[in-house]
Amino acid sequence: MSFRISGESLDPAALQRALADRRAGACVSFEGWVRDRNDGQPVASLEYEAYAPLAEKEGARILAEAREKFAVLGTACVHRVGHLQLGELAVWVGVTAEHRGAAFDACRYIIDEAKARVPIWKKEHYAGGASAWINCATRGDHAPDTAGPIG
Amino acid sequence: MITVHVQYFAILREQRGLTQEKLATDAATTAALYAELRARHQFTLPADRIRAAVNDELVAAAAPLADGDRIVFIPPVAGG
Repeated sequence: MSFRISGESLDPAALQRALADRRAGACVSFEGWVRDRNDGQPVASLEYEAYAPLAEKEGARILAEAREKFAVLGTACVHRVGHLQLGELAVWVGVTAEHRGAAFDACRYIIDEAKARVPIWKKEHYAGGASAWINCATRGDHAPDTAGPIG
Repeated sequence: MITVHVQYFAILREQRGLTQEKLATDAATTAALYAELRARHQFTLPADRIRAAVNDELVAAAAPLADGDRIVFIPPVAGG
């Protein structure tokens, strides 16, 4: 199954149908929505940007890791890019498995790793007109991986 | 001197004012090139918060550069 960057709005029902599998007794999905505040600041909208070729490679690696670590059948993740309004669906993760435990665990693994590793950036636009790239203004963390920072 | 292709995203794209450029450099590594560009364009992010990719693969800090490489400097990510 795939990791995809999408410039179009996401249809969770269609994404879930693509995972249909008669061997599966569980389907767990996660939806990340655009929320109206962050760190106490009112947010008006969010802008997402991706380095798509690397994002799709890194995302595919994360899905492969989830399939190795957990007894799952299908995995998928789609992340939006573009300017999203409050309430819009920014990211969708879906996992099927014979049993729910593995499906929950793998779904959690995929969204956590995707947030930490996939080259996607988020700019918050605030109610007052200001904006900021998240994690770029104050000291933040990269998730550890084999490459490491350049300096 | 080699010629490389640099693509910019997010905060670096805004601070550079470009999405991509071709440039000639004496930098031998990704770290040296970032230092050169940071000094020239006043990028706010220090090198220890930047990752680099060469030809669409993540690379180590001291990755050597070759003529024609496509380079992306990756600011702290924030998907989800």
